[in-house]
Amino acid sequence: MAATPIPLEVRHIKKRFGDTEVLKGLSLQAHKGDVITLIGASGSGKSTFLRCMNLLEQPDEGDLIVHGEEIRFKTTRRGREPADWKQVVQMRAKLSMVFQSFNLWAHMTLLENIIEAPIHVLGKSKKEAIEHAHALLDRVGLTARADAYPAQMSGGQQQRGAIARALAMDPEVMLFDEPTSALDPELVGDVLKVMRDLAEEGRTMVVVTHEMSFARDVSSQVIYLHEGMVEEAGPPGEMIDNPQSPRLQQFLAPKY
Amino acid sequence: MIDLHGYGPRLLEGAGVTLQLALLSLLLAVVLGLITAVAKMSRSWIAHRTATLYTTVIRGVPDLVLMMLLFFGGQIGVNMITDWLYYQFDIDIFININEFVAGVVTIGLIFGAYMGETFRGAFMAVDNGQIEAGKAYGMSSSLVFRRIRFPQMMRHALPGLSNNWMVLLKTTALVSVIGLADMVRVASEASKATREPFLFMMVVALIYLLIASVSEWLFARLQKRYSIGYGEED
Repeated sequence: MAATPIPLEVRHIKKRFGDTEVLKGLSLQAHKGDVITLIGASGSGKSTFLRCMNLLEQPDEGDLIVHGEEIRFKTTRRGREPADWKQVVQMRAKLSMVFQSFNLWAHMTLLENIIEAPIHVLGKSKKEAIEHAHALLDRVGLTARADAYPAQMSGGQQQRGAIARALAMDPEVMLFDEPTSALDPELVGDVLKVMRDLAEEGRTMVVVTHEMSFARDVSSQVIYLHEGMVEEAGPPGEMIDNPQSPRLQQFLAPKY
Repeated sequence: MIDLHGYGPRLLEGAGVTLQLALLSLLLAVVLGLITAVAKMSRSWIAHRTATLYTTVIRGVPDLVLMMLLFFGGQIGVNMITDWLYYQFDIDIFININEFVAGVVTIGLIFGAYMGETFRGAFMAVDNGQIEAGKAYGMSSSLVFRRIRFPQMMRHALPGLSNNWMVLLKTTALVSVIGLADMVRVASEASKATREPFLFMMVVALIYLLIASVSEWLFARLQKRYSIGYGEED
């Protein structure tokens, strides 16, 4: 059997903002079905790292390979940027991102949000996209909210809607950028439950989170970042229940 | 009934000219305004400088002066070109700048600069997260522009746009100085002939007011349409 390409691989990503180097050479491989959680204190670079994976941030150095295809870069006066934006656009359609602040499009209903990219990016028919959307809405428990605008929904509903929008793309990898950090505590559970289901059905996910119980129960690998470097990485059982580095011990301590 | 001394039909025609002039100028101004806004936000140094030069010059020179400069200066320029063609290639043509076209171009150019600022502010008011979501789902920049940035920008632009339109509408009165038979020109001729300036100017004022009121109603409807989803529609 031919080896299937790895859904997402990043190598030696470096990123600086001005004089500060925020990512100091980070690598990651997400194989099919992997759930990789990135943890770390604020400012450790975990969100920036995630945003480098779909090039919402441009890494200054490093490689990005999505489903076996390496993204080409060129260096211009402004710095390093993708050589072919078409390639980037196609790559992004294979990864879908769930944002901390949901970012559902405010001028569209939830249903319109979900069918937007499948129709205009993937070229699906409207009928097909709507059918798929209804199935996804059912799955995240929002069937009744199909025609609601984001502003009329609670944070938890918006985030579950945003996950449905991400799923509508049939992504190779789902990127989650602190998906529960902007939610009221009582709404976090519903969102995490949807994410746990996704992990169980074998979705490949990279998740930036502060939810340690999620990281421990669901992930296949946990990466602890400190000041733009990997301080410790490994399976969640060892990492979270038996942290080796003093920094990780300290990071985990107050929560238990 | 008010006696318009037989000027009624000509006044109505003049009102038609005013309205056509205003609408075509608005169209040109909106197109120029969008181009200016995009140029000002672009990373290209030349586009940015050109747009800035345009808005600075236009906003710094009185409308009336600009209109006369473009109309008379434009004719001189066209004459120079046709003269040159005649001497060089023996091509004999004469182009007369049409007052209506000159009016549309001038007013369009003037208000394009103001619209540019309105649109730029409105584009910047669109939440970056909305744009990022588009990019993250594989939308090209033009798709993001069409499906997300433009419709969301319009909500922010409409109040300024409606304001610019009202000023534009009233600026059309200036074209009477370059000889275009808009309703102000007709009314001022009628005033001189009948010595009833108050009557005719009153009629003109009422027609402007009517157009303005209808516009306000239309803009209110547009505002409602572009506010869908923001909880402001009522």
